[in-house]
Amino acid sequence: MAATGRTRYTGTAIGLHWIVVALIAAAWALGLTMVDLPLSPQKLKVYSWHKWIGVTIFLLALARLAWRAAHRPPALPSSMPAWQIRAAAASHALLYALLLAIPLSGWLFSSASGVPVVYLGLVQLPDLVGRDKALAELLKQVHVVLNCALFVTACIHVAAALKHHFVDRDDVLTRMLPFIAPRRGEK
Amino acid sequence: MSCVLRIALMCIALAPAGAAAQTVDYARSRITCVSTQIKVPVEAEFRRFTAQLAFDPAQPEAGSARIEIDLASFDIGSEEVNVEARGRNWFDVGNHPRARFDSTGARALGGGRYEARGPLAIKGRTHDAVVPFTVKTDAAGNATFEGAFAVRRLQYGIGEGIWKDTDTVADEVQIRFRLVTGGKPPQKKP
Repeated sequence: MAATGRTRYTGTAIGLHWIVVALIAAAWALGLTMVDLPLSPQKLKVYSWHKWIGVTIFLLALARLAWRAAHRPPALPSSMPAWQIRAAAASHALLYALLLAIPLSGWLFSSASGVPVVYLGLVQLPDLVGRDKALAELLKQVHVVLNCALFVTACIHVAAALKHHFVDRDDVLTRMLPFIAPRRGEK
Repeated sequence: MSCVLRIALMCIALAPAGAAAQTVDYARSRITCVSTQIKVPVEAEFRRFTAQLAFDPAQPEAGSARIEIDLASFDIGSEEVNVEARGRNWFDVGNHPRARFDSTGARALGGGRYEARGPLAIKGRTHDAVVPFTVKTDAAGNATFEGAFAVRRLQYGIGEGIWKDTDTVADEVQIRFRLVTGGKPPQKKP
């Protein structure tokens, strides 16, 4: 792994990336369906799972940032124009910001609704704000808007990765794919 | 503070309260409950209730309390949940609009703490409740009664059908109250 460190992300970075992708997909699936469920024990459970996943994403995003600080990502292809490198850096920064801001907005929304978050049913998180109906309504909108922003940014992220792979035919996608050797076999 | 007002306040403070009925200041009084939903404590308030209190710390055994809660005033902050709470599975307010607690004769526990016992009737079922409380009396003679006690919701059939499962909503529900007397003191007839 150490030998390929320059051309690929580390195994840890790749693992965390795809775990977070799966968790975001799960949080979205639950989030979009739970709001329309009739009130039932099942609804309360799904809300809990959604919140637990959100807290997990928040923690994993922090772990990813810490890992990234200690393990620089592989360099982008030298053929990339400067504006694309800047755009890539900006979109990655935005993705990380949203991975932190979205769970935070959900936590705030829950606090303002008078429902504390108890992570995994074990750890009660402190209420960030007191119960406030108007604030809760606002935070709900913020939570939704931020998720829309994440969806759009993630689509751009995926489109860029596919463009690199199929149009530029470089290793930008493969360096984040598990179990696949990078195209650019530099040692 | 004017002399007249000071004397008036002293008179109120020194007036023998006995077990005379005390006026409740509803604006400063609150009855709430905390239920636990999937380990998450959620507070709700009963916005309408009446309380008839007569309590003298010197003679707790002569005290009495009757508290009636309008269960339709249950407010947990979500209209969806409020509607569900008023329904048949929970309070069934159509058939049982009020909960009632009656107690005569409190017991001093020492250190400003007391205990009231009496029947608590909710949803057509009655069980004895033990309600510990503290009393603080301010300079104007107004008393603040505060306390909390647990109710087992299933004893009263609160949360039936799909809601019986206590992993989702715990059986034990905390009832908390703060009752403040005040407003107009009882008028003496000339």
